[in-house]
Amino acid sequence: MKNLLGREIPDYIDGYGQVKPFQGSFSNCGVKTRSAVKLTSVLPNDQKVLSSLDDLFDKLKITDGMTLSFHHHLRNGDYVLNMVMEKLAARGLKGLTVAASSIFPIHAPLVKHMETGVVTGLITNYLSGPVAEAVSRGRLPKPVIMQTHGGRARAIESGNLKIDVAFLAAPTADTYGNINGVYGKSACGSLGYAVADAEYANITVAITDHLVPYPANPIEISQVYVDYVVKIDSIGDPQGIVSGTTKITKDPVALIIAKRAAQLIKASGLVREGMSFQTGAGGTSLAVAAELKKIMQDEEVVGSFASGGITGYLVEMLEEGLFRSLLDVQCFDLKAVESYRDNLSHQFMSASMYGNPHTKGAVVNNLDIMILGATEIDLDFNVNVTTGSSGVIMGGSGGHSDTAAGSKLAIVVTNLMKARLPIIRDKVLTITTPGESIDAVVTERGIAVNPRRLDLLEQLSRTQLPLMTIEELKQLAEKITGIPKPIETLEEIVAVIEYRDGTVIDVVRKVKM
Amino acid sequence: MKITKVAKAGTLESNDILIMVSPKDQGIIELDLESIVMQQFGEVIKQVILHKVQEMGVEGVSIKAQDRGALDCTIAARVETALNRAI
Repeated sequence: MKNLLGREIPDYIDGYGQVKPFQGSFSNCGVKTRSAVKLTSVLPNDQKVLSSLDDLFDKLKITDGMTLSFHHHLRNGDYVLNMVMEKLAARGLKGLTVAASSIFPIHAPLVKHMETGVVTGLITNYLSGPVAEAVSRGRLPKPVIMQTHGGRARAIESGNLKIDVAFLAAPTADTYGNINGVYGKSACGSLGYAVADAEYANITVAITDHLVPYPANPIEISQVYVDYVVKIDSIGDPQGIVSGTTKITKDPVALIIAKRAAQLIKASGLVREGMSFQTGAGGTSLAVAAELKKIMQDEEVVGSFASGGITGYLVEMLEEGLFRSLLDVQCFDLKAVESYRDNLSHQFMSASMYGNPHTKGAVVNNLDIMILGATEIDLDFNVNVTTGSSGVIMGGSGGHSDTAAGSKLAIVVTNLMKARLPIIRDKVLTITTPGESIDAVVTERGIAVNPRRLDLLEQLSRTQLPLMTIEELKQLAEKITGIPKPIETLEEIVAVIEYRDGTVIDVVRKVKM
Repeated sequence: MKITKVAKAGTLESNDILIMVSPKDQGIIELDLESIVMQQFGEVIKQVILHKVQEMGVEGVSIKAQDRGALDCTIAARVETALNRAI
């Protein structure tokens, strides 16, 4: 069958099941139910603390075929996923599904577990490094399910994604399972992506390298969700968890893109009292924040909130009074961790509160301006941030589709060409975010506005901004680079791309290599 | 035009190409290309390099090209310079 975006997708995919095709950003909303949770009551004299993973796995009856979940706040410094899988492999378990909110290069040992049949399924929102390579080469018997940050929370809460055991990497935990991410040698700040796992898994285990007396303070994830606390030496490598500082790019091309994006935002009329804003931590995205800051100061405007993964730059904007609050699902650097710990207006949000479409309103619904990246974008404004130029998986939605859908103005900022590859294509190889959610593309050579946004086009036509159609932008790039030969793919499906509502927006097929 | 020694032009920076040429017997033109955009532009890059070799009347050369996404004009210029340095 073809979904709304014309993507050819089988009705049924082996190792995934029946496919619900994508029908439009908000077509699968309305009355929904949350799943009931099975739990074992903890009685007054029960103890939760265990002194090793071996003790835990002696006690927990993990069996072949179970689904285990992990979250990615320790990013490329995470030890927990590897340690757990190593132990389970040694115990001879097979056919496990790993549901991790993101997979990074540090998780390379998973490749070995795939090859030996320990891990046969993977569900994630972002996939990079050796595991992404292996999956793209078809090393996993079942296709990977790629979700969005909000979509993952939805899947867990609805019972769509059933977790047998959730492993929470806890920078601080007390003896009764209260957890926070702001103290301890592995402090990472907000634990927003771990909340649905903790609340909905059959068994929830906190793994910590900083065990404190009861009660922990503050409490980010509560004791009522946690069955066991395991004390180990180290849950992660601080070097890989948070970067020291986030710096704004000095690349002149990126700076001109950022400046144009900020001028576009101004022309849209959204720079006003109470405005809200989100941007990524990448060089160009952060430079947009810097440009926007100047405009906000000139116009003496105070915004309501900035959200998302929070960087030190947004913290500075909060401290300078440019926003009244930050809503934080994950801290990107040490400055963000400190601010989240010390400043009451720097607030917590769970992945569900952030982007789940099946709640009574996610934060993304209140976003005015969203700055996004793109690996490819096509003439219908569909964006690919999942597969790279060779067709291999190298990313994923994360919050891309959630924020694009919710925000009033979703702007993609990108170079028109990256190392000879034109970014604008007739068709993107993989659709991560549908074009209906994208309002404009800003490049160093021109700006294209989605024709669905005639209002925006009219506002911008009164400015000096270099407006073009997306076709013109594409031709401009191809005149310089030449037309690239399309990537050839095989029939075999290696990944299923779920939109935030659980419908299938695209699939990734194995590349010829 | 006769290639008499080994010569290089270009860099391994993004959007550039490093060309290394060395002498070969009359009538033999060898090209060893690696590129980050091989799948999309491999054929085009080979054509640009070989066209330049022909245009300059070189009749025996071994070329090693390491491409980092250079445009055609850059590729041709780097090849020309490397060949001129190798006479």
